[in-house]
Amino acid sequence: MKLHRRQVAASLLKDRGNLLVVAGLGSTSWDITAAGDSPLSFPTWGAMGQAAMMGLGLALAQPKRRVLVITGDGEMLMGLGSLATIGVQQPKNLAVVVFDNERYGETGMQQTHTAFGVDLAGVAKACRIPQCETITTAKGVSALRTKIHKGAGPVFAAIKVLDEKLPLVLPPHDGVLLRARFRRALLGKSADVLPEEL
Amino acid sequence: MRPEWPVEVHRELAAAGVRVVGYVPDAGHKRLIELCRADKKMRAVPLTTEEEGIGLAAGAWLGGEKSVLLMQSSGVGNLVNVLGMVKVCRFPLVMLVTMRGEQGEFNPWQVPMGENTARVLEAMSVAVRQAGDAQTVAAHVHTALGLAYETLGAQAVLIAQRVIGIKSFQEQTSQ
Repeated sequence: MKLHRRQVAASLLKDRGNLLVVAGLGSTSWDITAAGDSPLSFPTWGAMGQAAMMGLGLALAQPKRRVLVITGDGEMLMGLGSLATIGVQQPKNLAVVVFDNERYGETGMQQTHTAFGVDLAGVAKACRIPQCETITTAKGVSALRTKIHKGAGPVFAAIKVLDEKLPLVLPPHDGVLLRARFRRALLGKSADVLPEEL
Repeated sequence: MRPEWPVEVHRELAAAGVRVVGYVPDAGHKRLIELCRADKKMRAVPLTTEEEGIGLAAGAWLGGEKSVLLMQSSGVGNLVNVLGMVKVCRFPLVMLVTMRGEQGEFNPWQVPMGENTARVLEAMSVAVRQAGDAQTVAAHVHTALGLAYETLGAQAVLIAQRVIGIKSFQEQTSQ
């Protein structure tokens, strides 16, 4: 069974509390925005392949906060090495969740490697990420939400979603705004001030 | 006697409050990597490719921490596209790049990227500082850290191959 990606995003981000969120470029950035834009979301518009690494950097800098990366299968495939890097660091507060529609959604719905059976959760498991699964049910998504908020990470999940074309729900595209609003919301107004002015 | 340049550079990183050190190993960075790994205030993160270091640095800064990225010149070619994010978001970034393809190079496959490292970085709006001898490396790193984190920009310090002084596979593997 495949799920509706916007419903999955809404379920994972419901009552998100202090959760810090990074989204991969394209559909997953629109998905997290459709679930409700937040300054503590960092939707990317480029840097394909880097979403999981941004999550790792954030998780290491903020060990007391939960960090969730939501990205697509194409974006994850471009940064598979980052799963090995995360496997070495073992950040307990990081979850990487792939919305896997087995397609490159922004470029004409061409099949990705997962359409041919490449198993992202299997890759993550082989990279020493202890909590790995492929999810195909709403119940599975609900259990994953609990793990993201309360479980010991690192967590990896590939959620099989439909290859539906949905209306765009766009976040701000100014990178400076996205960066500055995130830091201000997380760190307070001191984030706006140069170090020597503190 | 003045300490060796990796010791001076590590002191600069520590004094600036660098907490995350991403690296793809290079023989020229061997000592600095050891110093960072041994520093309990720093989290050393080995990367599978240099590109990962850009995501790591961006994420760390979103979370309020300073970082540095260590690589050799060939690795600069692996991170060109993602430098676009650094520019668009004005993320601070400091890269310390040990050079190949210069004086003393024995491997022709290192030369094309080595000869073009500075211009590739500059094409992506990264300011380049050339450390041509061991005595100047730490001063360049000090400047790069200050400019990156106070003016929110991308800085690279290129450490010349003659500072590293590797001339053959035999010497490299016997280090």
